[in-house]
Amino acid sequence: MSVKRLLIKGGRVIDPASGVDGIRDVLVEKGIISIIDISIQTEDAKVLSAEGKWVVPGLVDMHVHLREPGYEYKETIETGTKSAAAGGFTSVACMANTNPVNDCAQVTEFIRNMAKSKGAVNVFPIGAITKGLKGEALADIAEMAEAGVVALSDDGKCVMNAAVMRAAIEYAGMFGLAIIEHAEDIDLKQNGVMNEGVVSTRLGLVGAPRISEDTITARDISLAEYTGGHVHFAHVSTAGAVELIRFAKQKGVKVTAEAAPHHFTLTDEAVGEYDTNAKMAPPLRESRDINAIIQGLADGTIDCIATDHAPHGIAEKEVEFDSAAFGIVGLETAVPLSLGLVRDGRLTPLRLVEVMSFNPSKILKINRGTIQPGAVADITIIDPDKEWVVEPSQFKSKGRNTPFAGWKMKGKAVATIVNGNVAYEDN
Amino acid sequence: MSEKGFTQKRRLLSAADLTIEDVERILNTASAMKEVSTRDVKKIPPLRGKTIINCFLEPSTRTKTSFEIAGKRLSADVINISATGSSLSKGETIKDMARNLSAMKPDLVVVRSQYSGIPLRISEWIDCAVVNAGDGRHEHPTQSLLDLFTIREKKGPLDNLNISIIGDILNSRVARSNIILMKLLGANITLCGPATLLPVCDISCDNNRPAGLVVDRVTNSLKEAVTGADVVMMLRIQTERLNEKKFPNLREYSKLYGLSPETLKLAAKDPLVLHPGPINRGVEISPEVADGPWCVMLDQVTNGVAVRMAVLYLLLGGGSASNA
Ligand SMILES: [Zn+2]
Repeated sequence: MSVKRLLIKGGRVIDPASGVDGIRDVLVEKGIISIIDISIQTEDAKVLSAEGKWVVPGLVDMHVHLREPGYEYKETIETGTKSAAAGGFTSVACMANTNPVNDCAQVTEFIRNMAKSKGAVNVFPIGAITKGLKGEALADIAEMAEAGVVALSDDGKCVMNAAVMRAAIEYAGMFGLAIIEHAEDIDLKQNGVMNEGVVSTRLGLVGAPRISEDTITARDISLAEYTGGHVHFAHVSTAGAVELIRFAKQKGVKVTAEAAPHHFTLTDEAVGEYDTNAKMAPPLRESRDINAIIQGLADGTIDCIATDHAPHGIAEKEVEFDSAAFGIVGLETAVPLSLGLVRDGRLTPLRLVEVMSFNPSKILKINRGTIQPGAVADITIIDPDKEWVVEPSQFKSKGRNTPFAGWKMKGKAVATIVNGNVAYEDN
Repeated sequence: MSEKGFTQKRRLLSAADLTIEDVERILNTASAMKEVSTRDVKKIPPLRGKTIINCFLEPSTRTKTSFEIAGKRLSADVINISATGSSLSKGETIKDMARNLSAMKPDLVVVRSQYSGIPLRISEWIDCAVVNAGDGRHEHPTQSLLDLFTIREKKGPLDNLNISIIGDILNSRVARSNIILMKLLGANITLCGPATLLPVCDISCDNNRPAGLVVDRVTNSLKEAVTGADVVMMLRIQTERLNEKKFPNLREYSKLYGLSPETLKLAAKDPLVLHPGPINRGVEISPEVADGPWCVMLDQVTNGVAVRMAVLYLLLGGGSASNA
C-alpha cells in the first residue's frame, strides 16, 4: 500500500554505515528517509510500531536465481521477489543462467521491465560473463552495463578457461563491474553430487572434493592480483577457500566473497539418507568448514551473506540423488539462520547488518544499505525473537526444496519496506 | 524366533539393516534352502500365491537370474521389469514408477539401480517388502550374504578370520556391504588397491559411524594384503569406468594388483579366493588362480540362489528355517 508518510516507532535502529545502534524513530516521506530521531511526533503518518524489534537497512541478497525468463515453472520474477520480501530482502541481484541466458541487453531489459511491473522488491540483474555461459567468448558486456547489470557471473558454472577469465576481469573493470565466480573446477568435481568425505563413502555417492573449489579460488586470486580487477567469490564453502581469500585480502588483492546460510548451518551429514534437498553446488561440507566460514564472516574475510536462492520444481528433486537438481529455496530462511550467528556470539548485530545489506550494496555499487536521512527508504523490520516453524507449502517462492522443513526457527522479518511502501508484513 | 530386525522392517536395503541375529537366521535358512536345490524337484511351496517383481533398472544377468530362480523355487510368481537410464530422461519420475509398481500389488520388489539410494527411495513410496539387489556404488547386501555363506561353509565362523578385499573399493557396492557385515561378525578386514580406487577419507579411523565402514588396515601393497589372509576377495575392475583415469592401463593394474598363484603363497593355509564375477581373466585375477582349487566363484553363484531364497522366504513371512 502506498502511503505518503510512514513512521516507524520505537525500534532498535542498526545501521553500520552511520554506526548507529539504538532506539530511534524513523520517518519516511515520499520513499525517502527524512528524519531519524529519538522520538518523532507527527499526525498524518501510517505508524508501524517496532518496539522490541530491529529496524535495519533493507537486506540485499546479491545471489538469487529468479528463473525468469525460461524456467517460469520453477519461479518467476513476481514469485521470487515476493519470496524475497517475505524473507526481509528489499533488493536482490539475479543470476544470468536463465533461458535465454542474460548475456545481452535485450534480456537485461526484459528482466528490468518485468521487475518494474511485477517485482515486489528491487531487482538488479547480473549479466553473464560469457556468451551462453559457455565459458568461451565474452558476452555483450558494454551493452549489458548500459542496460543496467550490476555485476557479471556465469554462476552455475565455473569459467574454466583462465585466459577467458583474465579477459573478463580486465574488460569488466572498464565498466566498474565485479566478476562473480562460481569457483568449482569441473574436472576435479567430475560428476560429484555431494562433498567427498566419510558420508559420500558410506552412501556410495560420488564426492566433489574441497580442492575443486580451492584451486579455482587460488587461480582467480592470482588473476585478480595480476590484472588489478575485482573478483567476488560466490558461495564459499571450504575452509581452504576462506584461508586463501584471507591471505589475498592481507596482500591487498581486490577480492570479496559471500557465504550462504546453508553452508554455515549444515554439514554433509544433512544428506542423511539421500535427501535431495541437501544437494547443492558447492556441496555442504564438514564442521571445520562451517567454523572457518563463520570465522571469515566475523573477521571480514567474507563480506556478505547471500542465499543462492535456487528454487526447483518438485519433479527435479523427487528423483535419484545423482539426477536431482542442485540448490535450495534460500530467501525465506536466511534471516533466522543468520541471526543464529548473533545469538551464538559469533557476529555482532552491526556486523550482521553489514554483511546482509551494506556490503553487498557496496560490491554491486547500488545505492542501498543504509538508514540515514536522504537515503532510499528500503527498510527491514526484524523480530529477533519470533519463533516459527518452516513449512515449505507456505513459501512465497514456487520452490519447496529446502532441507529446513519442520525446523523451529527463531527470528523473522516482520515488515519489508521498499521505496517507502510496505512490500511485506507478517501477520 | 523373534520378528525383530529386518523382517519387521520388511526390507533389506543395506547390510546395516541386519543384526547378528538376522545374519545367523538368514544363513541358517539358506543352508536349508541349499538342500532344496539339490533335489530332483527343485521347488517348494511356501511362497505360492506371492508376487515378486524383479525391477532391474540397470542391466544384470547374473543377479537377476539368481533372484528369479530363488523366487520360482519357492513357488512365487516372479515378474521381471527392466528399464535403463535416469527416470527423468524418460519423462516419468522414479516416484511415478514406484507408484505404478505399488498399484500392481506385489508382495516384494527386488530393485537394482545404477543410482545409489534408489531402493531406499522406492521402499518409501511402496507398501510391500523391498530388497536391494545392488544400487550404484552403495551396497549389494545379498551378494555380501552369499559371500558370508560361502566363507562360513568353507572356513567356519568368521570370527578373527583375516579377510582382504582387493581392487576397486571406491566404486564397489559389494565391498561396502561386505565391510559392514564382516566387521559385524568379527573378521579382520584389510582393504587394498591403488590410492585412486580407495575411498579418500580414512575409513580405517572412522570408528563412530553407525553404518560401520570400519576396517583394520588399508594398504596399497598387494603382497602386504595377501600375507596371512584366510580369505582374499578380488573385486571386479570396471573396465567401462577406465575413462575416469584412476590408473594408467589394465596391464599396469594387473602387474600391481592381479592375483597370481605366487602371491597367493603368502596367504594363510588353504586360502579362499572370492570374486563377485564376472571376472576379467588376467586382469584382477590370473587364469591359474581363477581355475585353481582356491577359487570358490561357482560356489558363490550356487549359494547366491540359496541365500536369496532365504531372504525372500524370511521377508515374506516364512517364519523359521524348520518350516521350510
Ligand atoms: Zn553458484
